[in-house]
Amino acid sequence: MSEASTTLDIHQIEARATEKTTFGFWVYLMTDCVLFAGLFATYVVLRGNTFGGPSGAELFKLPYVLIETMALLTSSFTCGMAMLAAQRRDRTQVLAWLAVTFLLGLTFLGMELSEFRNMVLEGNSWRRSGFLSGYFTLVGTHGLHITFGLIWMAVTSVFTIKKGLTESMRKRLTLLSLFWHFLDVIWIFIFTIVYLFGAKGI
Amino acid sequence: MKPVISEHETTHPLSLARYIAGFVGCVVLTLAAYLLVTRSSWSAWAIVATLSVLAVVQFIVQMVLFLHVTEERGSHWKLATMWLMLGVVLILVGGSVWIMNNMNYRMTPEQMDNYLRSQDSL
Repeated sequence: MSEASTTLDIHQIEARATEKTTFGFWVYLMTDCVLFAGLFATYVVLRGNTFGGPSGAELFKLPYVLIETMALLTSSFTCGMAMLAAQRRDRTQVLAWLAVTFLLGLTFLGMELSEFRNMVLEGNSWRRSGFLSGYFTLVGTHGLHITFGLIWMAVTSVFTIKKGLTESMRKRLTLLSLFWHFLDVIWIFIFTIVYLFGAKGI
Repeated sequence: MKPVISEHETTHPLSLARYIAGFVGCVVLTLAAYLLVTRSSWSAWAIVATLSVLAVVQFIVQMVLFLHVTEERGSHWKLATMWLMLGVVLILVGGSVWIMNNMNYRMTPEQMDNYLRSQDSL
């Protein structure tokens, strides 16, 4: 009887600790939004300053960007599936969904880097104009976040294989999923403001 | 032995239905925005307004269904920091755009471009 109530207390304490950690991570995400706000402001202010170079309407290939967007959106969904599997304590499914998420994230990153590479090879690098500096900094910073997210995902997967779905692992998975969903939220605005507005020359 | 489910999870279980609803909703919103830009012949102003609404709706859908902003215990503080963030973002982006548009109006871009071109340092 007394033993049962003690274990309950421990789990309550663990749940509180997890909540605190999650909230701390949430505050980091909100400050990261402010970083992106600065980059968005810079981009929006500089978007018309092409200095004789190409504008967004000439550079962006919307069908390509749509596929990129769908890859990232689907990876956000599969990351949620991994969290559902973690809740069921199903390690095999967690790893399977994380693998799918990782591959979709890698597809997104690969497409973005290939887009960057083509632009630079055509002479439209960040040195070409204020518009392109703003573009590469904003989209590149998002890509850098994706890169770190992928590294984190790989490390977490290895730890999940080694340690199993312990309380601490599930906490780490929760934080990872928050980060990954957050990156997709930022992408909504990059897709809209940079690519869709840009393609219309707005 | 039955796995012990912490209080946190019993009160707020994640649900498959919410993730599927969120995913379908976001796909529809993204395609709508894409088709609006590629297929429609609306005026620039109408497109900006509609795209902004679509983006904000998708933001809310993802915040609620993927990031579970409103469900969790302690979401009071989560929401409070989110509103603070939105306020800072609005001032930062809105303020920058306002000020810089004003400057462009007072110093026409053509004049600025010509001035910059005349400087060999660039």
